Amino acid sequence: MDFTTETCTALFQALAARMTAERDALCALDGLIGDADHGIAMEQGMQAAAAAVPDLSTLQDQFNAAAKAFLNAVGASSGPLYATALMRAAKTAGPRAAMPAAETPSLIAAMAEGIAHRGKAEPGQKTMIDAWHPAAEAAKSGATWPEIVAAAQAGADATAQMQATLGRAARLGARSLGHKDPGAVSACMIIEEFAKTLG
Amino acid sequence: MAPTQKLINDGNRAVDEMLVGVLAAHPNHLTLAAPRAITAKHGPRPGKVALVIGGGSGHEPTFLGFVGKGLADAAAVGNVFASPPPQPAVDAAMATHGGAGVLFMYGNYAGDVMNFDMASELLEMEGIEARTVLTTDDIASSPDRSKRRGVAGNVFIFKCAGAAADLMLPLDQVERIARHANARTYTMGVALSACSLPQTRRLNFELPEGEMEIGMGIHGEPGIRRGPLKPANEVADEIMDAILTEMAVPAGAKVAVLVNSLGSTPLMELYILYARVAERLSLAKLSVHTALVGPYCTSMEMAGASITLMHLDDELTEMLDHPCDCAMFRVG
Repeated sequence: MDFTTETCTALFQALAARMTAERDALCALDGLIGDADHGIAMEQGMQAAAAAVPDLSTLQDQFNAAAKAFLNAVGASSGPLYATALMRAAKTAGPRAAMPAAETPSLIAAMAEGIAHRGKAEPGQKTMIDAWHPAAEAAKSGATWPEIVAAAQAGADATAQMQATLGRAARLGARSLGHKDPGAVSACMIIEEFAKTLG
Repeated sequence: MAPTQKLINDGNRAVDEMLVGVLAAHPNHLTLAAPRAITAKHGPRPGKVALVIGGGSGHEPTFLGFVGKGLADAAAVGNVFASPPPQPAVDAAMATHGGAGVLFMYGNYAGDVMNFDMASELLEMEGIEARTVLTTDDIASSPDRSKRRGVAGNVFIFKCAGAAADLMLPLDQVERIARHANARTYTMGVALSACSLPQTRRLNFELPEGEMEIGMGIHGEPGIRRGPLKPANEVADEIMDAILTEMAVPAGAKVAVLVNSLGSTPLMELYILYARVAERLSLAKLSVHTALVGPYCTSMEMAGASITLMHLDDELTEMLDHPCDCAMFRVG
């Protein structure tokens, strides 16, 4: 089944609902190693994105509108990172009303590149890249959606054993060990919602 | 755990409702140029560098309280503890620039850097030069000055840059003075209890009863050491030891001092701390040129305090003494 503008609207509704449901859990996770606002930012961002995408005629316009809405609703770190990710997804989707289902994993690869470009993070630094990078590698190697989700999940789980060297938690040194990175955990949820809607 | 008690109406509207109140209370000082972009009422001056500060809300009077003649021209206002997006920073800069460039100043946090850098890129497309000086005064946050957080020392650092801009110095000079001021400012804090975000009303970290955390950040980022709460003099000594060791200035040097409340710690406790700080400075034969005691950079309702020293020279002394008239801070 093709990925259409209607599916895209449904995707952002699902993302917004998921972030609303996970808001407090993400905030609690962030409170362990950061400033406890990650769930709020993700909820506000995805709710704004979901409100911005209906009634647009191309996937490119939808992802760009989602990017702008997310950024202006949130700021913070997740704003520029997800705005850049969504703009890369827009470019990959292109000015068309639908893209073949088989091409959709390329959206994950594009988003991961946008996040890496904006945040300058490398895998292993205990950031959202630790979920996005393995998911993107899986997507590029032709993996199925369940395999992409599994790669993201393994990456997010591995952040518990990492010491943060970038972002706010980097100031904790060894005290960040033992806790998963909230950005990697929410990244995993996003990739899961993509898989549920597009897979 | 029961939700924390706050005088709010709707946690999601807390920042915007605060802004309505700030603008209503200070009509002679502040105006709103665009959503989340607060500017000084006295307006831009041709040929003057625009100083635009900003960051997350929840630290009041930082940042918007330092907007006014002689200090910052504008502040970009973020959600609670979250960097503003690029647009308010762009709007603030566009509303206040006088053709001599823009200096963005804010605390060194990953989110703020990304958003303000995007704002700088957008301004560049409009043909407006924007430069950035990050504040990095929290000595507990990293051994490497360039990786440190910006905290309460902001008020001194912004003050010096704002004075330089008000004196109509060119962008190069304003930037140089801002960097110089930051390099000579040292802060360390201690937290006695947690704070909570208005949206969640849940404590954002746990500090067991009877404990304190030395070096905690202004968003509740864990500090360098947790231990039993000590008497004020011992806490002041631990912080002053760290600052004086790092500052390493000769006897006879001149400093500006700030004893800051993180939110709910009252003036009584700040003055008890200040008494010990003054004693330590006197023992070290350092003279106090300026002393500020009060809430200058808060962390919602967190209990605790921070101590800041700025090592002055003639130039920084002149900048600190230059008059400013802001809604929540005045000199001269």
